Amino acid sequence: MIEFPPGLILVLGALILPLLGRGPVMRAFSLLLPLATLAAVWMVPGDAQVTWSFLDLELRPLVWNAPTRVFATIFSLMAFGGALFALNQPRRVELPAAFMYAGSAVCVTFAGDILTLFMFWELMAIGSTIVVWSGGTPEAAKAGQRYVAVHLVGGVVLMAGILAHVFALKAGGVADPIALRYFEFGPNGFDALSFAGAGDIAPWLILIGVLVNAATPPLGSWLADAYPEASESGTVFLSAFTTKTAVYVLMILFAGTELLIYAGMLMAVYGIVYAILENDMRRILAYSIVNQVGFMVCGIGIGTEMALNGAAAHAFAHIIYKALLLMSAGSVLYMTGKRKCTDLGGLYHTMPITMWCGIIGALAISSFPWTSGFVSKSMISQAAADGHLFLPWMVLTAASAGVFLHAGIKFPWFVFFQKDSGLRPKDPPWNMKAAMLLFAFLCVALGLGYQPLYDILPYPATGPEPLYEPYSASHIVSQLQLLLWSGLAFFLLLPILKRTLTITLDFDWFYRAFFPGLWRRALKPVVDLLVNLRDLFFDECIKVGRAVTQADALAAQIPIFREWSLGSAMVLTTFVLFVYLIVGFLH
Amino acid sequence: MLEIQAHLPVLVVVVPLIGGVLTSLMGRGALPWAWATLVTGATFALTLRLMATLLASGAPHISYEVGNWPRWWGIEYRVDLLNAFILLVVAGVGFITTIYAKESVADEIPRDRHNLFYTVWVLAICGLLGITVTGDAFNVYVLLEISSLTVYALIAMGKDRNRKALTASLRYLILGSVGASFILLGIGYLMMVTGTLNMEDMREQLLRTPDLDHHRTVLVAFAFLLVGLSLKMALYPLHMWLPKAYTYAPSAVTALLAATATKVAVYMSFRFLFGIFGPEFSFQRLPSHLILLAGACLGVVFSSLSAIRQQSVKRLLAYSSVGQIAYIVAGFSLANENGVAASIIHIFNHAVTKGGMFMAVGAVALRVGGTDLKHMRGLGRRMPLTMAALTVGGLGLVGFPLTAGFISKWYLIKGALDAGMWGLIAIVLLGSILALVYVWKIIEAVYFHEPEDPRARDATEAPIMMLVPMWTLIGLSLYFGVDANFTSDTALRAAKSLLGGAP
Repeated sequence: MIEFPPGLILVLGALILPLLGRGPVMRAFSLLLPLATLAAVWMVPGDAQVTWSFLDLELRPLVWNAPTRVFATIFSLMAFGGALFALNQPRRVELPAAFMYAGSAVCVTFAGDILTLFMFWELMAIGSTIVVWSGGTPEAAKAGQRYVAVHLVGGVVLMAGILAHVFALKAGGVADPIALRYFEFGPNGFDALSFAGAGDIAPWLILIGVLVNAATPPLGSWLADAYPEASESGTVFLSAFTTKTAVYVLMILFAGTELLIYAGMLMAVYGIVYAILENDMRRILAYSIVNQVGFMVCGIGIGTEMALNGAAAHAFAHIIYKALLLMSAGSVLYMTGKRKCTDLGGLYHTMPITMWCGIIGALAISSFPWTSGFVSKSMISQAAADGHLFLPWMVLTAASAGVFLHAGIKFPWFVFFQKDSGLRPKDPPWNMKAAMLLFAFLCVALGLGYQPLYDILPYPATGPEPLYEPYSASHIVSQLQLLLWSGLAFFLLLPILKRTLTITLDFDWFYRAFFPGLWRRALKPVVDLLVNLRDLFFDECIKVGRAVTQADALAAQIPIFREWSLGSAMVLTTFVLFVYLIVGFLH
Repeated sequence: MLEIQAHLPVLVVVVPLIGGVLTSLMGRGALPWAWATLVTGATFALTLRLMATLLASGAPHISYEVGNWPRWWGIEYRVDLLNAFILLVVAGVGFITTIYAKESVADEIPRDRHNLFYTVWVLAICGLLGITVTGDAFNVYVLLEISSLTVYALIAMGKDRNRKALTASLRYLILGSVGASFILLGIGYLMMVTGTLNMEDMREQLLRTPDLDHHRTVLVAFAFLLVGLSLKMALYPLHMWLPKAYTYAPSAVTALLAATATKVAVYMSFRFLFGIFGPEFSFQRLPSHLILLAGACLGVVFSSLSAIRQQSVKRLLAYSSVGQIAYIVAGFSLANENGVAASIIHIFNHAVTKGGMFMAVGAVALRVGGTDLKHMRGLGRRMPLTMAALTVGGLGLVGFPLTAGFISKWYLIKGALDAGMWGLIAIVLLGSILALVYVWKIIEAVYFHEPEDPRARDATEAPIMMLVPMWTLIGLSLYFGVDANFTSDTALRAAKSLLGGAP
């Protein structure tokens, strides 16, 4: 019986790992730790009750919440795949940091109270920052600094919200103010998120803190900024945990909050727009994380059982195929040292395994039937249709086509086919191939045998009839139609895409061709505005802060920062004495 | 054995007093240091014993009449949970910094003055312990003078590294003397009204005084005391002596001062505000808490802003100390249980955190020869343990969860909520962000730059005699960040008794 949070195996193991050197012992251990964690997740008894005392609080670090099993399982599995892929990487701190990061993510899913959750949330921020820094380049160092700044500020906002919320509950006489409550802010939709009264600021602060980690624009530009700067293996780890833990927390606290439907739609569109404009292959995939997480956030906003199941299943499937895609891109980067689409091409001659794995990942992310993406994403669309939510359904469907364009076709086409770049790299070392093959297998296996996944969803089937039947004829036909038509569109537009890739993409023209007028008149101004706001908040603040902290000449001009002379100090002392005397006599 | 047990309260002062004077006879070798370590170690053991005795007796306090004179004529030493805790902190940090001082002092102070240095050093610790243990108002002043004069001398000993230590010391001497004489005036006025110097007696007499609220002499005494105490504990804007003093003092002295001197001044304020005047007079009838709170809020913001713009790490940390003192003052000026407890906890937490950080800076001074940010560049790879201590301590200043700083802020925020002061919470959060900025400046220099200074390029890790004390303090700050039961229980109990008006 497991009587401790399974994630601690990874977190504590991460501390031992550096002591084992770089030899086979350490490698074996690094594969064993995630497997032990996975086993431990499944060995936690259903009625587990563990409490830790901290200050005057009872923390509960080991609790089954509805979505815990599906998230904890995929996080442990992902840690294994990532470790396998990273087996040959030479950097000393990257893997321990990644394990601390992954282990904290598992711990978040088992947290039974909001403070435990917050503590591991912050530990994730630390671990992931070190993973970014392990990229080792000057760009990685700078991106990591921006990354950690955003996450610490987000953490402070979240902490403020949690404190305000807990104390408000305590003042209201609620027995256990720190407990995690399902749908805490959800079912009332906008009602819970109102600005009426000062106490109601708490849900907003919490929501903002979580949305920072979910990479929702305009708070989410850290993702595409930092992830591609990490190492080949680092990016694989990064893609899995931060955004999906945010999805988990949203699902627990904010399920059914209508605002999230719109946030999710914005993310889905934003991710596609930027992915299509991008030339760096890993940045394309980073933007498509935003797009995919948008589907999940949207599902959480819809908030029905079907939608929440879909969001959880999609998180599961997404982690696998996104990691697979990034492994494929990472292998290319590892073997060629190039990361721009325009520098690559024609690699299918010499990297067949990498190519096939990349294509399987691309099909899965495009929700091609008989892959994992199909059995999960269609649940969200179905939930939108069941709820008669026409606009979300439309946007999700359009975004599905968009995903196929940028991640499904653009990535493999420009990297593996297209023109011949003259590069002749081999497939990567065995461990990288093994990791890709494992995840490629999982993508297909989940697409065909989806029942084990459906069994661990937050709301498993209760009666004899199946939870959801993805392979109805109409589903398959409509999805294939969508994919084939957008595939056709891609190749028709290819001359334009190609030409513009070498110069600049003519953004407006492209979008007018796709969504006539819609983009330019409605969406782009909003996105621009949000991007500007984000620039203002993060870049300008940092710039101003830097200018202020380094301008010593400026400092000398501001009297309050000048060194006081002894005489003025005495005058000030006397003045304070007078204040006390006067207050004393007048009170 | 029984004898020692009975005389513990006075031994805490007598042992370092005599031991300190004897240090001057110890010649020039390592002997003065060894002797000082022995004396401070013995003193620490005595304070541990004292705490154990107090807890075992179950009595609210232990009273000791020096020379068996009745307390209203002679001097009473009086130990309750609060000052037993502060004694433990001061003696413990004193002992650990004495161990640390060996390498640092050998490097920074000429050899022929080592015996004098350690004499003054032990006497300073003696004075601080005496202020804490005594229950006699005039004795407070006498011991305050002992600790102040010795500290002025200690700061001036930094002159061999930088002549500015002399002006820094002079500056502190002038402002400190003003503060001390204000305190003396306040005590004098109180004696005029009450006819006694024993603190408990003063309290009883004041309670009997008719129309206390409008008693001019009491009000003047209150004003002088509060200003004097604010000066000694460096409450913004009366902190003007502190940055220079901390910057130019020898490294070991800075570590000792940052961890103990201002904290004892805060303890004195507890005694006067809660013990003698009583919380009702100090905080309900007079709006003095608003003045204190204003000073504290300004202190958190402006001293953090000042810290951000420093290029010298010692001065940066000195300004950060002003900000941290402001948190302590903000806590007790709320005059509720959680707020006062936050102050008491933070006295301990900040002592270990900042003490450990100044030790790390001292190690840099030893290895690189300077303590500016430019000297720190690139040291992350060359002095990994020292820089890790500095980083962990820095996270404690920010109030990161799992560090001791988080616990203090937690109680402070609780106290502010109890008092309904949302503005203070905003200030605390703002202070944390500003602290993050200045701590980040250090982290950036340490880990993200290549060394500039030629000596930094081939610097090696600090000697073990520095690393052990440094990590002891930083380790304590981590331990009490995770398991805060001892500190928070003690602080809550002490806060309860303070608010109950116990002297």
